[in-house]
Amino acid sequence: MVLAFLALAVIWEWAVEIFAIKEYLLPPPSLVLTEFLKRADVIGLNAITTTNEILAGYALAVAVSIPLALATAYSRTVEESLYPVVVFLQIVPKIAVAPLFIIWFGFGFAPKLMLVFLLSFFPIVVSSVMGFKSLDPDISDFARTTGAGGWRLFATIRLPQALPHIFTGLKVGAALSATAAVVAEFVASDRGLGYLLLQYNGDLNTPMVFATIIVLSLIGLALYYAVELLERLVIPWHVSQQAAQGGAALA
Amino acid sequence: MSRATVVASRARPAQDAAPGAGTQVPAIGVSSATKRFSRDGMETLALDGIDLTVARGEFVAIVGPSGCGKSTLLRMVAGLIPATSGSLAVSGQPVAGPVTDLGVVFQSPTLLDWRTIIDNVLVQVQLRGLPVERYRDKAMALLAQVGLEEFAQRRPRELSGGMRQRTAIARALIHDPPLLLMDEPFGALDALTREQMRIDLEALWLRSQKTVLFVTHSIDEAVLLADRVVVMTPRPGRIDRVVEVALPRPRGLDGRRLPGFAPAADAITEIFLARGVLHGTRA
Repeated sequence: MVLAFLALAVIWEWAVEIFAIKEYLLPPPSLVLTEFLKRADVIGLNAITTTNEILAGYALAVAVSIPLALATAYSRTVEESLYPVVVFLQIVPKIAVAPLFIIWFGFGFAPKLMLVFLLSFFPIVVSSVMGFKSLDPDISDFARTTGAGGWRLFATIRLPQALPHIFTGLKVGAALSATAAVVAEFVASDRGLGYLLLQYNGDLNTPMVFATIIVLSLIGLALYYAVELLERLVIPWHVSQQAAQGGAALA
Repeated sequence: MSRATVVASRARPAQDAAPGAGTQVPAIGVSSATKRFSRDGMETLALDGIDLTVARGEFVAIVGPSGCGKSTLLRMVAGLIPATSGSLAVSGQPVAGPVTDLGVVFQSPTLLDWRTIIDNVLVQVQLRGLPVERYRDKAMALLAQVGLEEFAQRRPRELSGGMRQRTAIARALIHDPPLLLMDEPFGALDALTREQMRIDLEALWLRSQKTVLFVTHSIDEAVLLADRVVVMTPRPGRIDRVVEVALPRPRGLDGRRLPGFAPAADAITEIFLARGVLHGTRA
């Protein structure tokens, strides 16, 4: 994969040179790198701001959605009252709500956190509910003949079999969280990578636009892979199973 | 015909259904059990007036066409589905809610993907809140009995369907229950595996002295395994006849060649012909 990216950079570099493309349209990677190194401190500072927004919003989303999923799966009242509202709200284009958050929460950290929360919350809650509810009826019947209930049943069967679904939601949520932070910063902010991106774009400083986008992508990627690493540690049986299936599909 | 006799009789009342039932508490007692399902305002009578007594240590098979309610009956005995009317008892205890003093095997092995084979056997013990470590040796011994000791550390999806079903059988036996309920346990297996599983189950049962209630579609399987075969009518499910199979044991590999096999299988086939479950011309 690293080789593929290197090859892409080399082709890009040559193409820009051979076709004499103007650097404000498409800067060569070497220029992106040198410009980035000149302003690494500015990017670094703003990257910290954006990373904090992403992490805080994502953590809040996880903290709210998994208990909500549990409540939905185990309480008929919650399933019939609260969950339909959650599903309905999922239809609302959440990015369109961003300007409203500025009115409600001001220009600081809060509206960014809220938008990250909102975007990553839904996929986590929806897959977790599915995970907690999808128990094979025969496995359920077998468990009933053991007399197990409550915590023992939850820890032994219900939670482990829900985990693959939960992780699917966590990964989708992680991928959305970087987008959410940048959109929130676009709407109104005085720091962060989204803010920086608008500044550089306004100056037609295309090399720095590229550098900022690359750093943003790396932050999103890092969060995604952190969740995937956690998945490998928590449910190795499921990951290897998927790998086996993927291998079979390729063969 | 000298060694084996076959008795086909009308479904008999509970008292004299099993030998020695008067002196001993029967393993399973079902009297006038009825099950009605209602779905979308439509009522279906699934089971109608079932009377059945199974003595301790007896192997009873239930055969009948699809939808005759034989699986429903098994689940009612396990207390997984409540009866609409009538009463059921297991080991003399009235059934009201799931019965725990038994082992179940369903058509699908219902193993947990994330656990190794031995941990799938031990989950039975774990769910019951028993000390898992103390059962580990026993779990290995059971896996050896079903020919899976080499696979103890594998996961279910690495095993064939037959091996998974063997794991499910070991899981149903680990806590040493007096009663084993099997709902078409070999139904999803290929014919050869099924034959082997049948032979091995008989051997296992002969050593264990457990009571077995075994639901199947297969007339051969029922006759080769059971002491008595309960033949059910199409919906609403009633007990049509109870066919006694007095073949010697072990019936094993060539049980079909025993003199009593053909008459018993024929008796059941005749019942299905008479009920319109089977059609065809005779050879």
